[in-house]
Amino acid sequence: MNNVLEVRDVSKSFRGVHALSDVELDVEEGSILGVIGPNGAGKTTFFNVIAGALKPDTGRVHLFGKDITGHSPHRVAHAGMGRTFQLMRPFGSMTARENVITAALTRGGNHRAAARRADEVIEATGMGTWADAVSDSLHTAALKRLELARVLATSPRLLLLDEVLAGLVPSERAPVVELLAELREKEGLTLVFVEHIMQAVMRLSDSVVVFDRGRIIASGAPADVVADPVVIEAYLGQELPGA
Amino acid sequence: MTITTPDEALDAPVEREKSRSLVRPLLVLAVITVLAALVPSVLSESRQSIAVRVLIFAIMALGWNLMSGYGGMFSFGHAAYFGIGAYTDSYLLVHHNVSPWISLFIGAALAALVAVVTGYLAFRYKLRAAYFALATFAFAEMLRLLATNTHWVGGSTGLHVPLLTADSWWKLQFAANAPQYYYIGLAMVVICVLITLLYLRSRSGIYTVAIRDNEDAANSLGVPVMRVKLTTMALSAAITAVAGMFYAQYFMFVDPDIAFGQAQSVQAITPAVIGGVATVWGPLVGALILGPLSDLTSSWLRNPPGFLDFLAGRSGLDVIVYAVLLIVIVVALPKGIVGTVKQWWRNR
Repeated sequence: MNNVLEVRDVSKSFRGVHALSDVELDVEEGSILGVIGPNGAGKTTFFNVIAGALKPDTGRVHLFGKDITGHSPHRVAHAGMGRTFQLMRPFGSMTARENVITAALTRGGNHRAAARRADEVIEATGMGTWADAVSDSLHTAALKRLELARVLATSPRLLLLDEVLAGLVPSERAPVVELLAELREKEGLTLVFVEHIMQAVMRLSDSVVVFDRGRIIASGAPADVVADPVVIEAYLGQELPGA
Repeated sequence: MTITTPDEALDAPVEREKSRSLVRPLLVLAVITVLAALVPSVLSESRQSIAVRVLIFAIMALGWNLMSGYGGMFSFGHAAYFGIGAYTDSYLLVHHNVSPWISLFIGAALAALVAVVTGYLAFRYKLRAAYFALATFAFAEMLRLLATNTHWVGGSTGLHVPLLTADSWWKLQFAANAPQYYYIGLAMVVICVLITLLYLRSRSGIYTVAIRDNEDAANSLGVPVMRVKLTTMALSAAITAVAGMFYAQYFMFVDPDIAFGQAQSVQAITPAVIGGVATVWGPLVGALILGPLSDLTSSWLRNPPGFLDFLAGRSGLDVIVYAVLLIVIVVALPKGIVGTVKQWWRNR
């Protein structure tokens, strides 16, 4: 199997605080990797570094075999990586549909083609009934959905999701989880997702990595990882939530 | 597979009927153009200059609105682009006998180039919001000082457009208060509105609004942020330079204060803010208010009414009035006149 993403020896500090230390990671094509860890463990910093929003102090990031270290986010996006943000970032003055069309436009083609692509994604993510609402007026659950729809419209081959399930009630989570599983099945999408909801991590992940204080402290099959004493220790001796 | 919609997402979201169709805005523009074309026939000759002022305000505000309204890059230094347009025109005419119609394009291109260079530097060093606005202000002031100290553009005395003995379309000069000035200005306004309408529907225009709304999100989706911002700045600067060229031809005189002074930057901002930031028609509505007002204030300074005697021989009243007006509008109608009307129409 090919590695879609290869992260080598990546470190990042903020004013002397080690947000990431010597992070090494491979992600296989078509696989789903869950990223867990306590708050402040460096998960979002890790996403920002591989997506180009932050430059690592050391180390390299390879995407589909190409070195993308330090490339700006829009170049990384065009190389096939999509990402969502933990805090939703809609284009507030636009309708939900216009948000998705804007994303689709970045992949070339005219407005008509982008609108068609947007309609497909809107249908798949179930935004149909509120697609023409101004996104500033939408609630968290809808904005989470919009965040996902928007990045899917860019047809990424590798998708980084930062807590897309947080803020959703349990009945809303299941369909999103199913959609993600289906995208991998049908389109061969590779997925890396940060998530606190352990049911989703266990259901979706082929493998899991655990971050703690900027380091990867454990990795492997989901069931093995949550049983690892080191991981339990990182969660302050508590049972993992939902595990 | 589809996902069912959570009900709470539907808790009174603001639906908006928005079409990309150009039919409605073009109809509005056509009506405005026809009405505006009738103005010279109903306005006495001495009032023609007010109408021309309105048109110049409108062009400047349309330019400013693209960059600062739709693009969210607040400029407090549009005098820089206005002045480049005004000086390019008068310098080339005085010293090289170049037609204003040619200088129009040279000035616009020069202003666009300057915008791209300053914009690149500002974004490269991550100047945002107030710091960006201050940088634009400082840059316009720098050009003012440069013009003041450059003898081949007339130094502090500036440049006079040479007076011709007969009307000339090629040299864009007519008898004072000739309706030709008004019609040329009107044509420029119409073209600038068309450019705005088309740009907002273009890929670059859509990205511009996306970047204003959320730059990180736009960037992560693949929008080339720097290139789009600079494109919008260049277009905004070019339009504003056209206003400068027209100003120089109409008033036949530029000096560093007129061309690059802060008052000029304020005059690009005020109509857009009064009329409605990030609306197509706002700059026109604002200009329609500001034009007559600027005439009133300057006539008060020349011949103050009895109770305003102390104003005689002073200057700067116009800027004070704009400032007061800006404060009132920002407090009472933050969306401007057009923005407020649009909102009221939607919620009615």
